[in-house]
Formats: sequence, C-alpha cells, structure tokens
Amino acid sequence: MAETSKPQVAFYWCASCGGCEEAVVDLAEDILGVVDAVDIIFWPVALDFKRADVDARPDGSIAVAFINGAIRTSEQEEMARLLRRKAQLVVAFGACAHLGGIPALGNLWERGTIFQRVYDEAPSVTNPEHAHPQESWSADGHATTLPAFHDTVRALDQVVEVDYYLPGCPPTPKVIKDAVGAILSGTLPPRGTVLAPDIALCDQCPLKESKPERLLITEFKRPHQVEIDPNVCLLAQGLVCLGPATRGGCEAVCPRAHMPCTGCFGPTSRVIDVGAKMISAVASIVDAADAGAIDGILSTIPDPVGTFYRYSLASSRLRRRTPTEQPAVAGAEEPD
Amino acid sequence: MPDHEHQIGQHGDGWEPTIVAFFCNWCTYTAADLAGTSRLKYPPNARVIRVMCSGRVDPQFIVDAFARGADGVLIGGCHPGDCHYIEGNYKTLRRMALLRRVLEGMGIAPTRLRLEWISASEGEKVARVIREMTESLRALGPLNLPAMRRRWDAELIPDAVAAPSDVRQLAAEGR
Amino acid sequence: MRHKEHAGNGAPRVGVYICHCGTNIAAVVDVKRLTEYAATLPSVALAREYKYMCSDPGQALIRSDIAEHKLNRVVVAACSPLLHEHTFRGAVESAGLNPYYFQMVSIRELDAWVHTDGVEATRKAEDLIRAAVQRVIFHEPLETRRVPVNPNVLIVGGGIAGIHAALTMANAGKHVYLVEREPTIGGHMAKFDKTFPTLDCAACILTPKMTAVGTHPNITLWTYAEVQQVDGYVGNYHVTVRRKPRYIIEELCVGCQECIDACVYKEAKVLDEFNLGLGKRKPVYLPFPQAVPLLVVIDPETCIEFKSGKCKKTCVEACGDRGAIDFKQTERLEEIDVGAIVLATGFRSFDAHRVPYYGYGTYPNVFSALEVERLVNAAGPTGGQVVLRDGRRPERVGIIHCVGSRDENYNIYCSRVCCMYSIKLAHLIRERSGAEVYNFYIDIRTPGKGFEEFYRRTLDEGVHFIRGKVAQVSEWATRPEEEGKLTIQVEDTLAGMIRRIPVDMVVLSTALEPQADAEAVRRLFNISCSTEGWFLERHPKLAPVSTFTDGIFLAGACQAPKDIPDSVAQAGAAAAEALAIIDAGSIALEPNTAYIIADDCSGCKTCIPLCPYRAIAFSAETAKAEITEALCKGCGVCVAACPSGSIHQHLFEDAQILAEIEGVLAAVRA
Repeated sequence: MAETSKPQVAFYWCASCGGCEEAVVDLAEDILGVVDAVDIIFWPVALDFKRADVDARPDGSIAVAFINGAIRTSEQEEMARLLRRKAQLVVAFGACAHLGGIPALGNLWERGTIFQRVYDEAPSVTNPEHAHPQESWSADGHATTLPAFHDTVRALDQVVEVDYYLPGCPPTPKVIKDAVGAILSGTLPPRGTVLAPDIALCDQCPLKESKPERLLITEFKRPHQVEIDPNVCLLAQGLVCLGPATRGGCEAVCPRAHMPCTGCFGPTSRVIDVGAKMISAVASIVDAADAGAIDGILSTIPDPVGTFYRYSLASSRLRRRTPTEQPAVAGAEEPD
Repeated sequence: MPDHEHQIGQHGDGWEPTIVAFFCNWCTYTAADLAGTSRLKYPPNARVIRVMCSGRVDPQFIVDAFARGADGVLIGGCHPGDCHYIEGNYKTLRRMALLRRVLEGMGIAPTRLRLEWISASEGEKVARVIREMTESLRALGPLNLPAMRRRWDAELIPDAVAAPSDVRQLAAEGR
Repeated sequence: MRHKEHAGNGAPRVGVYICHCGTNIAAVVDVKRLTEYAATLPSVALAREYKYMCSDPGQALIRSDIAEHKLNRVVVAACSPLLHEHTFRGAVESAGLNPYYFQMVSIRELDAWVHTDGVEATRKAEDLIRAAVQRVIFHEPLETRRVPVNPNVLIVGGGIAGIHAALTMANAGKHVYLVEREPTIGGHMAKFDKTFPTLDCAACILTPKMTAVGTHPNITLWTYAEVQQVDGYVGNYHVTVRRKPRYIIEELCVGCQECIDACVYKEAKVLDEFNLGLGKRKPVYLPFPQAVPLLVVIDPETCIEFKSGKCKKTCVEACGDRGAIDFKQTERLEEIDVGAIVLATGFRSFDAHRVPYYGYGTYPNVFSALEVERLVNAAGPTGGQVVLRDGRRPERVGIIHCVGSRDENYNIYCSRVCCMYSIKLAHLIRERSGAEVYNFYIDIRTPGKGFEEFYRRTLDEGVHFIRGKVAQVSEWATRPEEEGKLTIQVEDTLAGMIRRIPVDMVVLSTALEPQADAEAVRRLFNISCSTEGWFLERHPKLAPVSTFTDGIFLAGACQAPKDIPDSVAQAGAAAAEALAIIDAGSIALEPNTAYIIADDCSGCKTCIPLCPYRAIAFSAETAKAEITEALCKGCGVCVAACPSGSIHQHLFEDAQILAEIEGVLAAVRA
C-alpha cells in the first residue's frame, strides 16, 4: 500500500442511525478541505476498505479514528478495540459513542425481551416459527455466524479508552469543523476533553433573556400541547427543556426551531450524571409544598427516564435497569 | 484488602445491607448524636455523611451511592416548616419525588430510597428508622450494583488486544 | 468527571488520630486495629491512637506531628464534630496549618455508643475513617468570615427570667429591648404571694426589679407587644415588634387610675385575667396595683365606646387636661436591630379541665394551684383569705400533686416545682384558714437548698401527706360524712388501703407546660423544640442556655420547668453568653458559603428563586447569577440544583462528598 505523508483517518459506525456519517457530509464545501488534508483509509459507509485492511496496518499508524454509534454487538466491540490499537487518537463521534445515545434506551430491557418484541410481538410481524437471530447456525452443511447481541448497550469509552469526544446527535457542522481543525493543527486540549464549550446551552440560547428570573412550574407540557411562542423561553412555557443541563456549542439549533432541547450534547465536565442533575434542577422549581401536589405536577412528565436520560442512559451512574428487582418499566407492553 | 471486605453473597448467608445516610446537621445529625448520648442501640449498617441541609443532597450523590454498592440510601432532614434554612427540605421532598420515579423505572425498588423527617430531639426515631430500613433491606436482598456490573460486563471480550497504554507508548516514541 | 484537583499545598500527607475517649470508644471499637488500618490508607502519612485527643497533650500531639512530619491534612476520629470540631480546628491552626484542612469523624455517638458488636462497630469505623481521609484530601484552605455585631439586645418575655437578663445586660451598658406580651411585666411570679422555701413575699422581691426595669435608661420596655418577624442572623438581627394599642398615650398617663373610678361601669363586671377569673375588673383597668409600666389598658371587647360608639366617656373627662386616652390609637410596628436575642417566654399551667375525674370546672370548689396563689395573695380577689366560692372558710382541704405531670395520659415528665409549691400552699392554707390539709403525692421531690427542711417543717405543722395517686374527686356521698363535701378517693400505698377523704376544697397542683404558641414562636426565631415542646438547648449538659441558632439564648421555664432561683441563674447565664458575643465585637461565621464560577455559569436562572435569603441575584450586565457571600447561610440547595455544576460550596464541594461516598462504600465487594 502506498505510503503518504498525510495523516491517516478512519471513520467507523457502531450502533448508529447514520446521522453522524451524514454530519460529516454536511460539512458541505468544508469537506473538501478535510479530504485534502487527510487520507481516509477506512469508511464503511462511503469507501470500500475492509476490516482486513485495517488489521494489516501497523499499530498506532492511524492518526485519528472517528467512531460513532454505541456498542451493541460483539462485532462493534471488536472493531472499536481494533481501531483503538491501530489509531493514535480515538474520537467518540456523536452522542451514541459519547454517552450511549438513543440506542442506550435499550438498557431498559434485556436481549430476551427485545428479541421477543421485535421478532414475535411487534404488530407487523408474522413469525410462526419464532425464529430469532442466532450467533451460529448450520444449514445444508454451511455454517453461518452473527455477532453476539449484547444485553447492555455501552458508550464507546466503556469499551476502549477514548481521547476526545465530539458531542451531539449529530455533532453540528461547526463543532466538527472546529474539532477537525484542532486535530489537524495539533492544538488539542487535555486528553479526555469534550470538544465543545464547557457551559450550558442557556448561555447561547436566543430565548435566555425572556426567561423569568424566578421561574417556578405548576404544570409541565409536551410540545404538542402548547402553541409554542417562538420568542419566549421554552421552559417558561412549561416544556421540559434540558438546556440548563446540556453543554452548549450547537448554537441552540433546537430552541431556534422552537423545540425544547433534549440534551444531546450531554453534560458539562462538572457533572457526573446528567439525568440526576436535571432531575434536581427541574424538581427544585416545582411550585408545590406537599407530597400530593408535588406528585400531581410531576405526573405531567409522562416518561421521566426517557426524558432525563434520553441520550445518556448507558453512561449514567446506574447504566441500565437492574433486571432482577422489578418487572419491566411501567407503561411498556412487555409480558415479562 | 480482603480483611476489610464485607461479606456479600446470596442474601441470607451472613450478608448485611449497607445504607448510606445523608443527615442534615441541624436536625437529623443532632438527633443521631442524641441517640448516641442516650446509648440507644441500633444495627451498624448505616454510614452517615453529614451535610448542612438535606437540600444539599444532590440526586447525583444518590445514584452514585447506589452505583458504588449501597443497598439503600437514607436522607434525614428537618420536618416541613422547621428547616434551619427555612425551606431546603421542601426542595429535597420534590427532588426525591422525581428521583423515586426514575429509580423505579430503572428497576430499583423504591423502598431502597428513604426520606425521613427527624427533628433534633428525635434520637429514638433515628434508631428506629435505621433498624426498620436494615430489616426491610435484609428481606429485599442486596442491590450490589458493582457485582451486577461485573456480571453485565462478562459479555465483553476479555481484553486480548494490546492495552491502550501501548498506543501511548508508541505516541511517546513519535510514531 | 474531572475531580477537583486537591488544593494547593503539595501532595496530601494526612495524619489520622484515633481517640479512645477513655473507654467510651475503646471499650467497643478496636482502636489499635483501626489505627493500623488507617496507616494503610492512601495518602496517610501517619496514624496514631490516644486516650483523650481533645485534651492538651492530645492537641499537642497534632501540633508536633504537623511540624515534624509535614502533615498537611488532619483527620480525628473521636466524638461528634458538633462537640469538638472547633477544638481540633484550633489545634491545627495553632500549628500553622489552615484549620479547614481538617475533618472529624464521629466514632462515638454514631458508632461505639450505639452498637454492641465490637467487630461490626470497628468495621463501620474503618469505613467512616476511610471516607474522611478521602474527603479531606479535597479540602481547601478557607478564611473564617467575621461580621460585626450589633451591641443591642432583644429580650422576649418579661417574667423574672427576662427581667433579670434585662437588668444584667442593661447594667453592663448594653441597650436592651424588653418585649412582653401582657400589659405588665412580672410574669407568673407576680401572681404568687410567697415563694418557697423562704416564704419571701414574691411582690417584695419582684417589684423592685420590675421598677428598676421600668426606669433603667438602657432598657426600652414595650409591654402589650409581640415579636412579629425576625430576619438576619447572629450579630445582625432585624426584628419587627408589633405594639398592640392600649388606647392610652403612654407618655401622658401617670397611672392615677381616676379613669377607672370614673368609668360608666359602676361595678366591675369583666372577669379579671390577672386573677384568673376569680375577680372582676372594668373595661378600663390596671392589671394589678404594682404593674410596670403603671399604665391603664382599655379592653375593646368590653368597652362601651368601642362596642357602640355612644359612651359618655367619663374616663376622658376624668383624665382632664392630661388627655391620655386615645380611642383612635392603632397598633404600631417597631423595627429594631439587635445582635443577640434572649427568649424568656415562660410556661403555661396545665389546663385541669383535661382531667375530668378531678372535677375542675364541674365542682366550684376545685381550684388550680395558680388560682389558690391568687386567693392567698393579700392583693388578690379575696384579700388573702382562703375561702370557698360561697365565702365560707374550708375546714378540710385536699391538695393533689402531679396533675398533668408524671402521667402517661398527659405529660410524662415531672414539673419539678409542684411538690414545693404544693407544700407551700399547704402551709399557707393551714396558716390562713386553720383547715386540715391533706397532700396527696406520688413522691416528694424536694431537692433544692432548704427544700427538705421546709417539707419537715410543714410535716411538723400537722399537714397530712398521703402517698397515692388520687383516682377521683366527686360529690357522690357513700357515707353521711361525705354529704355536701368533695370526696377524694385514693389508694394510700403506705397504709395499703383505699381511702375516701371528704374535704371542702380541692387544690390541683397542675403541671408546667410550654406556652400554647411555643411552636409558632420557635419558628419565628428559627430554633427547635424538644418532643414535649420546650425550647431546645444546644446541649443538655454543657450548653443549657444557647440554642442551635447562634445568637439566640434561652432563659427560664421556656426551656424546661424550673423554679425562680434556677430561672434567675439561667437568665444570668444567658445574659453572660449574649454579652460575650456582643463584647467580642465581631462574630466568626462558618465559611461554608456557596460560590459561582462565573465562567461556568450559563445564566439559566435555575438557582435564583431557590435561595430563601435572596443571596443569589441575576446580573443583567453579565447575564449570569451572582451570590452575595454575606447573605449566604451555606445550606447548599443552589449547589445541588445547578444543572451545569457551576455552583460550589466551600467545605461541601461535590468532590468532597463524592469522595466520602466512595470511601464508605469502598469495602463493599462481591
């Protein structure tokens, strides 16, 4: 393989929606600058290099591996470990790699329950033989294998050591551009840093000025229940906006589009469990003093786990639902 | 330090629950001192962490305590209306209400998190609450999330590939 | 999470000290093993055990180790930090190390004293020490804040305790505000005739002190007034006092009482509060002849002018040129600033109606002890004569001890003074009326100076003492000698038989209870009450006059039942402690305030409505929240609420508490 002097870069996707790959493409004309400056030697969604090509490279020869998606299967775990060996820097790209992301909500169930739902019970499924994926299967003298499906979804740093994090679902073009620029110019902050401003989103939100100084909530609303006033702080309108707990850097794209922040950039560096912190903030401003009234107001948040840990369940302190203590989450239709 | 490990096994074979207790300085901690000076006796399962007000108890502390192996978390604050800082305990009440919903959704039995109002003169209540909570946790069994995490992580590949420190070594050599 | 780097004085070198506390700790906890364990913990430079760490040699040990072994953190495992944290911080400071590089672990009140299994207690102590060592590594050097102290004092309650405290402090040159709810000071003592055991005339010893209060240049006396609101903190309390209208202009009234004589009510018709309803007064009245201040009061509930607007107002006429009567007077709010507050709000008598089988309120000749105090008082409604309701002299009187005290149905506690006042009343009744007197008691409690002698004297005078709790008082006669009498039925436990003793008059020695509004009052001042409702002292043995709220002190029966000498002593003690704060000139506040890292704050405003002291404000300029340190009390509510972790609390940083959590759980394994 021809040696070049440009830094070699790999992109890989684990349990991913593909949005992070699109985010790279969304750099639009800026992508030309990137393509010029680096040699992309592995990018399954776009280029035809194989795993064996990566395997063949010397350890540490890849300058940066951008890995997006959560770790859900043994194959994704293997690839993450492989890229870690082969790369000098591993960057967790996007909320799934950073925190576990949306796939991590699967941690509210186990593999058995999930397979049953997907392969047997989902309304549009007909599967009279109850065929479920198997790790290995022989038929007609041929053996086939599938990667193991983990019971627990993991963020990237729960499997390999990660050097930097690009937050967001997906990371915004600006965040990506700034990060790639820093990497290429070698002006990186200490290892382990999340490459976005270490301050909550309210700092950048155009609606911040309209937020009342003494905001107390008597009822929470969901977006479809409110005619959203585009000029007023969304939390002040009763929507559960996670802006106060979420790292900025996205320039408040969602609030600007009149939707409350759902927390995809994750916490600031000073927080160890972003769901718990937002719970603290939201509950503190509930305007009630006795248990009954408090419960009444809190019941207007129908799915607290999903609301406060939407992207971060895998990297929360509890990591996943503990399966032995209780049957499945109330409200989910599992016949567990 | 094997000598100092507590026995955690299947519940019933000498395992004892561990309770992390956050006590507010003015009411509950004082009451705990009173229980001490009155020589009341209660089970040794609680570990008290003193804060000035129950309102200082961040839900992060609670999930961290569970994550590190607490079987139960107890928060002691002043009775509503009596908070030394006027209304800190109301914030605690609200936070615990929401946290409890989330803990339930995460499969942690709600009785593992207990919020009690204990005034400075209620030494007897401190003893009683710790006794009751110890008994109810003994019946419920251990939570022991550290052990659970090790079981969950058993599905990962044992680390046969080079440890990341090799990469850093390589980088240090300029490669 | 990026844990806070441990602050600035080099790699941590922790000294751990395990106290035996004599045998208090050492008898249960294996201190030797603990010390060995502590020495193995990361960052621990040395671990020692000692018999009494709080003693001089104990503290000297810390000092010399800091110097010799270059310790920069100290952990002491001993008694409660509420007792000795201050002591050890002082020891650390005197060795030149910042006193806040110190953490205390309670292995006594929270361990050795409450557990019996030594192995478990030791294991628990290991966890607690480990947690403290991990925590203290994250401690930072802090400066104790000092704030100036306002030299004025507020005393709430003008009974003997409040009066004594007021005079003590006023004589020390401080300005005292004495606020009393009734129209006159004097409290319960003003109602007594004689005091035990010396049989001093209560008025003779009290009224000079009352007069002194009324004339003292350093005392502002507001009677018929109540505290409405208290803001601020030790050294700087801002208090609002509500002065109720007497409808008399105080500066003009000279206490001649001609208005009372001239009142259109020729006869006194209103039940007199001071005489507990045994006497009558007019709508315009003086509470009692030696009232201080000597000002009349007009009662708007019974005065015709208030009820109909159509009175001849002969009182105004009688007052003449002085013109001291003002029917239009309204309540006034006074705002004052004081540095310390003494609560001396006294007690209330148990309501004997609650014990129906003693007949109070049913049979006219069943009296409460306080009512009998008024009867025997020469200035009382009967001129000092002990008489029944119909004016006859009683021939036989029964005094029932422990009404509402030492009783599971009412109050478990002993009210401390009732045996003595019951013996006193027995003596006075016998003296005034010659009646046969029977005292019915559970135990005779006469522990004070001269008390036992007084009891002996009364026995010698022929008063009968029967040991037994009275079962009932009733008018139902079962024998001829009980006709027309009140019969006391009791088990005489020394004689071993049930007795029925007919008497003419029954006196109930009622318990002392906290005032009816004690709960509301203690909330006003942000102190605590005990389970029975008495104001709670900081420590039952060593701090009986201070409370957990700095700057607020207790004196007298509001803290627990006590007699006059104890009330006076306690009032002197409270005055001394209040003076100590004031004369120090400034007060040290625990530096556990919250602070915002401005660069981290996003201006989300979550914290702004949460602070009950309004210490957090939003700055329009910077669009961020700011904390005013002087107003912050250190509760930490905002710290827990800040969704981006941008508010910190000195002494209770997240990193410190998380280290403690990690430490107590470190030994949990599978």
